[in-house]
Amino acid sequence: MMRDVLSIVDLHVSVDGKLILKGVNLEVRRGEIHALMGPNGSGKTTLGLAIMGHPRYQVTQGRIELDGVNLVELEPHERARMGVFIAFQRPVAISGVRLADFLRHAVSDVRNPQRKEGDELVSMREFRKELREKMDQLRMDPEFARRYVNEGFSGGEMKRAEILQMAMLRPRFAILDETDSGLDVDAVRLASQSIAEIGGHEMGLLIITHHERLLEHNPPDFTHVMLGGRIVETGGRELAEFLHSSGYEEIRRKYPEAAAEEASMLAERTR
Amino acid sequence: MNSTSSATSAVSDQGFTREQFEEHIASRKQPSWLLALRRRAMDACESLPLPNSQMEEWRRTPLRMLRLQGFAPLAPRPETVPQVPSVLEPLLSPGGRLLTLDGRKVAGSLSEKWVDRGVVFDCLEDSALGPQADLVRDSLFSILDWNYDRFAALHTAFWTGGAFCYIPRGVRVDEPLFLLSALGSGQADLGHLLVVLDEGAEATLVSETASVESGGTGLYCGGIELILKPGARLRFVNLQNWNDAVWHFAHQKAVLQQGAYLEWTLGALGGMLAKVNQHLILDGEQAEAVVNGVMFTENRRHLAYHTLQHHKKPFTRSDLLYKGALQDRSHLVWRGMIRVDEGAIKTDGYQRNDNLILSDRARTDCIPGLEILADDVRCTHGATAGRVDDEEIFYAQTRGLTKREAARMIVTGFFQQVFDRITIDSAREALAEVIGRKVREYR
Ligand SMILES: Nc1ncnc2c1ncn2[C@@H]1O[C@H](COP(=O)(O)OP(=O)(O)O)[C@@H](O)[C@H]1O
Ligand SMILES: [Mg+2]
Repeated sequence: MMRDVLSIVDLHVSVDGKLILKGVNLEVRRGEIHALMGPNGSGKTTLGLAIMGHPRYQVTQGRIELDGVNLVELEPHERARMGVFIAFQRPVAISGVRLADFLRHAVSDVRNPQRKEGDELVSMREFRKELREKMDQLRMDPEFARRYVNEGFSGGEMKRAEILQMAMLRPRFAILDETDSGLDVDAVRLASQSIAEIGGHEMGLLIITHHERLLEHNPPDFTHVMLGGRIVETGGRELAEFLHSSGYEEIRRKYPEAAAEEASMLAERTR
Repeated sequence: MNSTSSATSAVSDQGFTREQFEEHIASRKQPSWLLALRRRAMDACESLPLPNSQMEEWRRTPLRMLRLQGFAPLAPRPETVPQVPSVLEPLLSPGGRLLTLDGRKVAGSLSEKWVDRGVVFDCLEDSALGPQADLVRDSLFSILDWNYDRFAALHTAFWTGGAFCYIPRGVRVDEPLFLLSALGSGQADLGHLLVVLDEGAEATLVSETASVESGGTGLYCGGIELILKPGARLRFVNLQNWNDAVWHFAHQKAVLQQGAYLEWTLGALGGMLAKVNQHLILDGEQAEAVVNGVMFTENRRHLAYHTLQHHKKPFTRSDLLYKGALQDRSHLVWRGMIRVDEGAIKTDGYQRNDNLILSDRARTDCIPGLEILADDVRCTHGATAGRVDDEEIFYAQTRGLTKREAARMIVTGFFQQVFDRITIDSAREALAEVIGRKVREYR
């Protein structure tokens, strides 16, 4: 059994009967940083949501393995309790639930994977203290934790709240889905720095991004390019730099089959 | 022929008969004006049609199973005062307390300091004959439409006991007054609550209805009148927490004079069928009312609310928010109306009903309404009915919460918005506690 390796093998995923991922292979070890790039609609978010077990994203073939367990068989909360986390591209608001209360439940569940509902929560005192520390570290106003989860948050606040949750849950593997989108330059720099500061480098990170800045403090060991539902190319940090400066045209030329898939997915979407 | 849709559902005509009425009035002492009113109401009882599904207000509220004759207007006096399971009592340290059983006072107390300042918190029927007789005469049924329908007339003819709360001019009662109305199995409560706040008076009144036994039917056919003189401020809670077998018919009305302020929190956690008319009359400039409703329905419970926010004067404000969660085969009806009279300019009226449907077989009918006869007003309304959102559940699951834990958290959060508006800590906590318990039991 391979511990501390998240491995994705020949993953096929469809949404509402439409095949989106067509055989994705990826291995992330704890302590590694992977950048996942690719044009819009290529399937990056789909991969992240499939790893977490979103019920609408059906795995039709392939495996997602961690510690010798096929995550595909598990409920999303079980995956979370095994130490897998996603910072959402579009976080969801939960009206009336204070971020602090939400996180106290989350922390209790993730740190005690056997926890049953109604079992004791982590101690209020310790939780508060830790939350306070993490919020300080992320330069967040403590009042923020009293607000309802993502309700009325600005784009930047949402992304910071996602990082705060990651900091509190201390996962082994984290997917960061466009944690930089919608943020201004300073906010992206802060996010980039924060990910490093909260111990992101001890985790296995899969960073989905279009920009270089998020990678500034988190230099990728590997860069993957997704096109038309497949990872078509993998390289090092220089590949990310190349894509940032030159875009995806050359990749499309190099992989005409995947580019054709992309075009047909796009056509289907706009139809 | 399909009997459920075509037959006119009507209350059985038996029960609360003329003979019972004569017996009822013969059994009690009362001022002549009250006796005369009761006689008029009894006449109305006999001439008003029984509520049936042909009447707009009763179209969605079926009374086929109601057997009025099963209830007697006068319960036998109990030997001992029963223990009443109250959710609010443990959280309160009231300045006054009144306990009624089947509409009859069984215990009462009011702290000396409020007695000295002229506050009255006692049995209404006794007060009609006591030192406050004139005040009761001038106020009782002065705002409630005693012949609004058959149940209102029946209540007026047969009401007993009840509660009277009077706060003299300028007196600020800074401790809550607590009224607990208990109902025994098979009994009827036709109690009336009359509240009069004189000019500039302030009070917090918390009222709860509870069944003595966890099972066994019962009938509540009650009335509430809240009279707020200029500048008065009242925070009022009425929590309906009957067992699952009680019929509940309530006419509730508040009149706010100039600059008066009312925060009215209404909770409905029990009952088999409840039909409530909650009317607010904003009858003086700058009067303001905030209404909070919290409903949680289970089994085959049916709750029907007909609310009216009637702006009679300019510069008045009303803000109503009802939130309901529905389980099993329960049914929630809300018909709201904001009425703005001619000339009532610069009024600000708001009404909203949000419902969370937790079962495929639960139903809601939410119908907001506006009748605006004045220019330059701001009136808005809204109603939503939805389910727990799958995306919210998934989001919480990715943070380690089980699906159920997530769902419960979301349901609790749904009520938070209305809890945030309740300024009476005990009421907010009790509601949160009961809702929390129900949510924990939520399947
Ligand atoms: N919930 C969904 N319903 C329908 N189609 C979807 C859904 N999510 C994603 N898709 C489709 O799947 C493809 C990949 O989308 P996505 O994974 O969001 O791409 P990316 O994150 O790379 O921009 C797109 O064609 C998109 O239209
Ligand atoms: Mg995406």
